[in-house]
Amino acid sequence: MMISDWLFDGALGLLLLTLAAAVLHTRQLYTSVVLFIAFGLLLALTWARLGAPDLALAEAAIGAGLTGALLLSALARIGTDAEPPVRSSPLSLISATLLALLVLIILLRAILPLADGPVLLTPLALEKLPGSGVDHPVTAVLLNYRAWDTLLELVVLLLALLGVRQLQPATQVIPKPWPLLLAWSRMLAPLALLVGGYVLWRGAFAPGGAFQAGALLAAGAVVLRLNHLLPPVSWQHWLVRLLVVLGLAVFLAVGLASIWLGHGWLEYPPAMAGGLILLIEIAATLSIATSLTLLVVGEKEELRA
Amino acid sequence: MTLFYLCIGAGLFLLGLHSFLLQRQLVRVIIAINVMSSGVFMIMVALAKRGDSTDPILHALVVTGLVVAVSASAFALRLATSLLERKNPGGKP
Repeated sequence: MMISDWLFDGALGLLLLTLAAAVLHTRQLYTSVVLFIAFGLLLALTWARLGAPDLALAEAAIGAGLTGALLLSALARIGTDAEPPVRSSPLSLISATLLALLVLIILLRAILPLADGPVLLTPLALEKLPGSGVDHPVTAVLLNYRAWDTLLELVVLLLALLGVRQLQPATQVIPKPWPLLLAWSRMLAPLALLVGGYVLWRGAFAPGGAFQAGALLAAGAVVLRLNHLLPPVSWQHWLVRLLVVLGLAVFLAVGLASIWLGHGWLEYPPAMAGGLILLIEIAATLSIATSLTLLVVGEKEELRA
Repeated sequence: MTLFYLCIGAGLFLLGLHSFLLQRQLVRVIIAINVMSSGVFMIMVALAKRGDSTDPILHALVVTGLVVAVSASAFALRLATSLLERKNPGGKP
């Protein structure tokens, strides 16, 4: 048991490092992007191995799926040889390696003692769990103890979307899909919706939640859009705009209401905590799904209803 | 096991940093930053596993970090593509 454990961990770790090195140093940009997607999937496996199924879900959908789609669409837009690779001089190679080694020494000195350091916050988080309104500790942290972080994260997502929107170049041309992909994505659509909804609902008492569900829905929507099964997703449509700001608006409304009704910023009354968290999560899921979809395949032209 | 994954995380961060310092192609720089952030996430997740029970706070922070990372990458990629398109208009092969 022990040896097989180590074999698995060792293989996974080595594979991750090798893939990362390959991603960063292959000659072809396209190869590097494809390897990066594989790297993301292995990373998801590692999170599952490290006892973080929430992260594995999020990584597979966001880290591997959406980031990969973003990189590929960027490549399609600029062409793989838009920037000729520059041979770096030996001097800069040596100095970068030296600097990296020095940082490695400092890093190891800083993080290795943490491995046996005291764990202070975990017992506290688990102890307060019954009053938080949900049974899954990660969701409790995200939407109750550290709700402020999550609120600001939605702001970051909105800001990124606004930034991307400012720079939106001409509408991207999506090539015609091949038949097998079309057939598969038709089957995928209801599944993505079902799994997204399930993951959102499960988030209250098991791994899952708004981010994972939002990312899954966005991934489904992107696949459908790339196969021409969805009309162009436009910024201008009022429904899209409403969905994008819905999560933030509901979150802010709950925060303001919690001040007004006497508890303080984002401190939910214990009796209503579960309902409020679910409300925020549903709104946030819709916002995250729409925002991520727009980040990948957002288009200028008017959506024809 | 925590120690092992801490080292892998540090290794990923370092590989990313090294490439970040060397690369001149914008898309590659963005990929390098993403690899660096994966290293940071791995250190956090490995640390979350050290006690008797896994630490939900670090997991939640990494979930937040993932979404922020993809937002930042999307914006950075769009900046990079706009820049390159402006540099060589119609230069698409």
